[in-house]
Amino acid sequence: MATGQQDVEELVARKYRHGFVTDIESDTVPPGLDESVIRLISLKKKEPDFLLQWRLKAYEHWLTMPKPNWAHVNIAPIDYQAISYYSAPKKKTDGPKSLDEVDPKLLETYDKLGIPLHERARLAGVAVDAVFDSVSVATTFKKKLNEAGVIFCPFSEAVQDHPELLEQYLGSVVPTGDNFFAALNSAVFTDGSFVYVPKGVRCPMELSTYFRINAANTGQFERTLIIADEGSHVSYLEGCTAPMRDENQLHAAVVELVALDDAEIKYSTVQNWYPGDENGVGGIYNFVTKRGDCRGRNAKISWTQVETGSAITWKYPSCILRGDNSVGEFYSVALTNHYQQADTGTKMVHIGRNTKSTIVSKGISAGRGQNAYRGLVKIMPSAEGARNHTQCDSLLMGSDCGAHTFPYMEIANPGAVVEHEATTSKISEDQLFYCRQRGISEEDAVNMIVNGFCKEVFRELPMEFAVEAQNLLSVSLEGAVG
Amino acid sequence: MLSINKLCARAGGRDILKGLDLEVGSGEVHAIMGPNGSGKSTLAGVLAGRPDLEVTGGSVTYRGHDLLEMDPEERAREGVFLAFQYPVEIPGVNNVYLLKAALNAIRKHRGEAELDAFEFLARIKDKTKLMQMDDSFLNRGVNEGFSGGEKKRNEVLQMAVLEPALAVLDETDSGLDIDALKVVADGVNSLRSPDRSMIVVTHYQRLLDYIVPDFVHVLSGGKIVRSGGKELALELEARGYDWLRDGADAA
Repeated sequence: MATGQQDVEELVARKYRHGFVTDIESDTVPPGLDESVIRLISLKKKEPDFLLQWRLKAYEHWLTMPKPNWAHVNIAPIDYQAISYYSAPKKKTDGPKSLDEVDPKLLETYDKLGIPLHERARLAGVAVDAVFDSVSVATTFKKKLNEAGVIFCPFSEAVQDHPELLEQYLGSVVPTGDNFFAALNSAVFTDGSFVYVPKGVRCPMELSTYFRINAANTGQFERTLIIADEGSHVSYLEGCTAPMRDENQLHAAVVELVALDDAEIKYSTVQNWYPGDENGVGGIYNFVTKRGDCRGRNAKISWTQVETGSAITWKYPSCILRGDNSVGEFYSVALTNHYQQADTGTKMVHIGRNTKSTIVSKGISAGRGQNAYRGLVKIMPSAEGARNHTQCDSLLMGSDCGAHTFPYMEIANPGAVVEHEATTSKISEDQLFYCRQRGISEEDAVNMIVNGFCKEVFRELPMEFAVEAQNLLSVSLEGAVG
Repeated sequence: MLSINKLCARAGGRDILKGLDLEVGSGEVHAIMGPNGSGKSTLAGVLAGRPDLEVTGGSVTYRGHDLLEMDPEERAREGVFLAFQYPVEIPGVNNVYLLKAALNAIRKHRGEAELDAFEFLARIKDKTKLMQMDDSFLNRGVNEGFSGGEKKRNEVLQMAVLEPALAVLDETDSGLDIDALKVVADGVNSLRSPDRSMIVVTHYQRLLDYIVPDFVHVLSGGKIVRSGGKELALELEARGYDWLRDGADAA
């Protein structure tokens, strides 16, 4: 319990631990967006012509698109000309060949974030790609992955080394004109991660990307592409943080997953972008398009997300179940406190026969937070024997927050089995009193009850990160009761 | 151990306790009996610090402390335990996890080292056996889908593990069949000790055949209207409460 002034200050300081700024010289293009900026980004990245043309096509399309306004969120108008679309830490050489060439200030930043990039200090069995503003600054365990034939590298490196894979797969799951923010991303994306797991290979370690926004007035537009070839298996995790700033910053990413015959991709997200302060000032706009394509038979794609950060979260990690017997899963915990808003969920599109999907969504609203689940289960006429089970639970803390559920179902095959369960509950006074009567503090009791509520999702996370997710939840909930 | 003086309390806008006095010494077992609505559960709730009850007068001194000034968790850490009449379900929270968190909170308060999972499991082994609970029971959600009897057994298990100085049992016999009642009563009896006092709140004398009290008090209209030894319970069984209720009004 916080008794002294010092304790209170400590508690407040703990609220967002990742809010510091790294003082590093950056190469940042002036704010604004037009064709020349896109050409400049492409030039800086030494991209082949096909990619430049792809970007320009996306940009043309974006200019014609209206801003979407269907989500259950309030967004102040975004001035796309006030954003800088490229910011990279200045470096002496063309790119770090090894960790020794990475600026020590950057290494220090990731150390502070708990993501040490030196391999000797790394979590055993997890390879990391670190993306700082617009560029990837380091990738660990490359050699070990190479031996297994796994490609795990910054997106811009894949552009140079594996253009044929990019040409084949880029935009094949999320086309350039898919939606407003995906189109913008396609035009201006700067970096991200690229993964290719060859036939029959089980990736020997967890892969992870750590995204960090540092510079002010920039957007982060990264693009991730993961291809799991026939019979392969990969587990990938992303984490995100940003400094505390009073302005809203835009993060508009695109993630594409492709799973071929018998392949499995497990994609986990622990999203802790700066959520804004307790009055709703500042914070990241997290507008992300994530989609996986189970392109082959018996393919499986599983999304797990723990969303505690961002002023506004707007994302629907989805699965296209094209291959027969393919499986899609979505496990989500979304927490909104203070003035945070989240509109999140998934789309499961059943095309192949005997396709199966599972959706487990846990929304937690506290303070004045607004939390919406939005999901689509679409069963195409071809999806003989398709099954879906959706479970959507909301937990409310206090009386000023909101929970909303928008489940859509489009069922065009009469043989499909689609189940939907939804509950809304409050942490009851009785539950809190019961725990307190056993000697447990109110804060610990709330954490315990919330973690119990999220258990089904947390157990889907890789072990190393399940604990982190629990801690994150308790930090994000500080001050939510009492 | 516990000294209650002219205690008055309100619940849901109604006065329930109206000047209740009670003295409980170390190692004593006191039964509180009385008709429905007489204030038995309110008394139990006030002692534990239930937030929706409002104390409007009187005082409660527990081991030299002003009990009413303490937060519920502080009272628990100082050794006050309430076995709930209706134990609440907490879905997804492991039964054994809650118990370990509770024990460690209390140990920390006492300046003792917290127990890890292995030490904890070793410590509770005998106690789960005593309450005839198997391991699967420990790994379920707190009271989640428990039968009435299982919930009450779980309450007594918690009491056995937390080793309180003052245990308040609120209608621990309600909803139990005779076999379950015996298990619960055996558990409670095994915890009787010269350092531990108990207040057993019950509507029926039946429980007192198994948990034999040192003192019996009859609560009616928010006050203790009669006190006596264990034979008072038998008299109540034979005569009901009405003769006392009238007497209370006259007094």
